[in-house]
Amino acid sequence: MIDKEVQDVKSALAGIKDGSSVMIGGFGAVGQPNALIEGLGQLGVRNLTVIANNAGFEADIGLGKLIGTGAVGKIICSFPRGSSTFDQRYRKGEIELEVVPQGTLAERIRAAGAGIAAFYTSTAVGTKLAEGKEVREIGGKDHVLEYALPADVALIQAWSSDRWGNLTYRGSGRNFNPIMAMAAKLTIVQTGAVLPLGTIAPDDVITPGIFVNRVLCVPDGDPPLASTKDADNG
Amino acid sequence: MADKRMAGCTPFSKAEMAALVAADIPEGWHVNLGIGLPTLVADHLPMNREILLHSENGILGMGPVAQRESADPWIVNAGKQNVSLVRGASLFHHADSFAMIRGGHIDLCVLGAFEVAANGDLANWTTSSDDRSPAVGGAMDLATGARNVWVMTQHVTKSGEPKLVEQCRYPLTARKAVGRAYSDLAVIDITPNGFSVRAMAPGVTPALLQDLTGAPLQFP
Repeated sequence: MIDKEVQDVKSALAGIKDGSSVMIGGFGAVGQPNALIEGLGQLGVRNLTVIANNAGFEADIGLGKLIGTGAVGKIICSFPRGSSTFDQRYRKGEIELEVVPQGTLAERIRAAGAGIAAFYTSTAVGTKLAEGKEVREIGGKDHVLEYALPADVALIQAWSSDRWGNLTYRGSGRNFNPIMAMAAKLTIVQTGAVLPLGTIAPDDVITPGIFVNRVLCVPDGDPPLASTKDADNG
Repeated sequence: MADKRMAGCTPFSKAEMAALVAADIPEGWHVNLGIGLPTLVADHLPMNREILLHSENGILGMGPVAQRESADPWIVNAGKQNVSLVRGASLFHHADSFAMIRGGHIDLCVLGAFEVAANGDLANWTTSSDDRSPAVGGAMDLATGARNVWVMTQHVTKSGEPKLVEQCRYPLTARKAVGRAYSDLAVIDITPNGFSVRAMAPGVTPALLQDLTGAPLQFP
């Protein structure tokens, strides 16, 4: 019998070690698996490479809090703004930063999960973010070579799951989660509900269970309502 | 108006700029509005046209910012505000969302700018004076991938320097990307021959506009 459900955060995160590369889903607070991120901060591991869209927001929750613990040695993201814990460590040179255009970040992750080693894109041609990268003219237009971005672990959030790890999402909570699920060797899901097998209609499955290794039920994991003043470009 | 040179002019307000942009968006277009000034365009879209707003975090058919009482915490826009969905909206993941952008399916992206050059080069993501970490978000993908890129910007900086220039001094977001600029003083097309003025705010003269612009203007 296949049963990917685990009963606590510790078993969910087993095997993550110093130096692991960890993808973290979410855009803003939506789809960010805070219970797993919190647990990761308590493992005491160091020198993690985190791959996420942002570098966290509040210092006391989620990725912002994880960075505050000193567990993260490098972050690969598109928009590291609005995170006080990241800013402090970045200014002191305690955390390495690789900024990637958001769509290129998504496609590098997708490519890793799909067995595509690299691809050419016109995004970032002629900019600082293409410096040192191969440029090739294809169809009369310049393109930059970008490599697939795999990871050891993905921490993602889904709306619902079953014991096989078939996943649904809600609202804008999909964002990076389905592609990260495909791109990591070990995909760990935080979900609001683990439903009996067959309850999720096959038509409704967004991430098939083949991409999922562990499922942790966290019933109270809804994102908070956004503050109305939040407006961060990406 | 702080700049003495603009005495006698009535620059477009932010709302007027947004209304000008909105009036120029054709029926049926799929549009991504950047943070800041471009967001205001959503309030001025003509009711009699079906125009779909795209949010890069996976929404096509985005509605207005949600009232707090009816907000769904699971739905945010690119600015991380809770928004509503229109009837007929669809939701998808980031790779699909940027396939829409990169694949040329998004008809229009409206962005803010630090500088726009006469050849369409855009600088809008980082300035050398900025001591914060660099952060690009989706700006490069949008500026490169959308079929049309329009910019909304004040015509000059707070210190009176032109933002429409011969060549960008700030780091580029994309080369030869911008097709049109809406400023508080004018609406200007970027053509193979450089800046071409479509309209000017009340009281603005060609001589004044040229004086406040860093590259030659044409007045067809």
